[in-house]
Amino acid sequence: MHNKTITELAKGLRAKEYSSVELTQAYLDRIKKYQDLNCYITVAEENALEQAKLADSQLASADSALLTGIPIAQKDIFCTQGIKTSCGSKMLDNFIAPYNATVIEKFNADNAVMLGKLNMDEFAMGSSNETSFYGAVQNPWDTDTVPGGSSGGSASAIAARLTVAATGTDTGGSIRQPASLCGITGLKPTYGRVSRFGMIAFASSLDQGGPMARSAEDAAILMQTMAGFDTKDSTSVDRAVPDYSAGLNNSLEGLKIGLPKEFFSQDLNNDIASAIESAINEYKKLGAEVKEVSLPNMKLAIPAYYVIASAECSANLSRYDGVRFGHRCHSPADLNDLYTRSRGEAFGAEVKRRILMGTYALSAGYYDAYYIKAQKVRCLISEDFSRALSEVDVLMGPVSPSTAFDIGEKTDDPIEMYLADIYTIAINLAGLPAMSLPSGFADSKPVGLQVIGNYFSEDRLLNIAHQYQQVTDWHQQTPKGFE
Amino acid sequence: MSLTADEVKKIAHLARLGIDETDIDAYASDLSNMLDLMTQMGETNTDEIQPMAHPMDQMQRLRPDVVTEKNQREHFQSIAPQTEAGLYLVPKVLD
Repeated sequence: MHNKTITELAKGLRAKEYSSVELTQAYLDRIKKYQDLNCYITVAEENALEQAKLADSQLASADSALLTGIPIAQKDIFCTQGIKTSCGSKMLDNFIAPYNATVIEKFNADNAVMLGKLNMDEFAMGSSNETSFYGAVQNPWDTDTVPGGSSGGSASAIAARLTVAATGTDTGGSIRQPASLCGITGLKPTYGRVSRFGMIAFASSLDQGGPMARSAEDAAILMQTMAGFDTKDSTSVDRAVPDYSAGLNNSLEGLKIGLPKEFFSQDLNNDIASAIESAINEYKKLGAEVKEVSLPNMKLAIPAYYVIASAECSANLSRYDGVRFGHRCHSPADLNDLYTRSRGEAFGAEVKRRILMGTYALSAGYYDAYYIKAQKVRCLISEDFSRALSEVDVLMGPVSPSTAFDIGEKTDDPIEMYLADIYTIAINLAGLPAMSLPSGFADSKPVGLQVIGNYFSEDRLLNIAHQYQQVTDWHQQTPKGFE
Repeated sequence: MSLTADEVKKIAHLARLGIDETDIDAYASDLSNMLDLMTQMGETNTDEIQPMAHPMDQMQRLRPDVVTEKNQREHFQSIAPQTEAGLYLVPKVLD
């Protein structure tokens, strides 16, 4: 059952080949069997089986949704009422959210089953899942390597068939990069497309939730449930949601693909470059035209991003004060000691680095030089994309400059880790949608192709991804030992 | 650009963030490296460019001034570290 797609599972449920309870139990058994991967922070066994039982009774009635009774899993950044929401941090190790995130409410409304909460970098700050308070996650393609981050638990669990699909969030590549490193399909939607209500904030002008799955077809199904206007999120965009599955089979004849030359510099690993090149050739066979474009300010994306993201993080994380929820130190001497020690004890090193960086960038005397400057650079980067996307329909390139690296390899050098975000973070600065698709292997490790579209073109991106997945089988590969 | 240990302590105080004395030099070095990376932005002229705070060019939405939330004080305080008589408890602020 664990190799089936959502559509196949939904058919099996309706044909009574198995019940949702049986399906859920099968996944729970696999999660237990492969628990060394450390994909889940919380396995919600009891809750999942209850939801499955309810789903089974729903399935008997006429008004069930496609996701009814389908077991999926949630990144532990989405608040779930009554079930621990840790955000990968000691700060929230004791946090039982008093309400559900809108995304969770939407899956509940479909009677989807939640298997549990997935591991992630602490407060989504990281590109390797190694900053989690709950320990590193292993990549099933090579368990000595990282799954990427911050949605590393989501990507690893999907690749290892410990869930059919999952949610992720993407602030600087946190859906696309782990999808690339684990050989699965991930979609980072347009900023404002998916509600951020109840999705724990890291950098509010960049954060966006999205689906992760094995195929574009399954990602489209999740996206249908996740997308939509939400009055509880002041940055949610009030715009009709298209049918994401309706256009999957549209022809790509005449599709104009732009290849940003900055994505194919000498720094790019040869094996990755040739995997990307083969993918582009497949698209040519499907009728696409290819031309070179330029994003001249891309080299400034990393500095601008790390100013803006750190600044917003330092503001957002000021809410963790040891007063209302989360970790509180023992016997504080005074209020300052309460704040300082509670935060000092419960945040990890990477989170502290970013709070310090952000506080510095926003402090008197440095605000213009760093924060305002970064926002101006952000404008330039956004204009680069507008220009490029006026010439072509989509941009394509790699997701990550490397394949999965060894656990511990980059932990001593935060800057080196930041530089690995080079191909993903500019997209968040502009607020554009983008996908990562499995497109081959380099040294037996998965390589992801990135497809970047214009605002609100998720339906087109899913169509472009699906057409590629009709003529290739990279997305169907299974890591050895997890068949 | 390099930050001194004293500057790191000052920033940590502004952020109300406890850091171990033994880690201060490492933070100073990491932050200095980050600042070096950020100074690359200075090479690009942005005098005529408007700062972009947000990817979507939209106005803050308004809603009718009506009560939408019910009082959930007890529910929210059930996860607080310390409360008494419906109030959050913190160390004494005034003597």
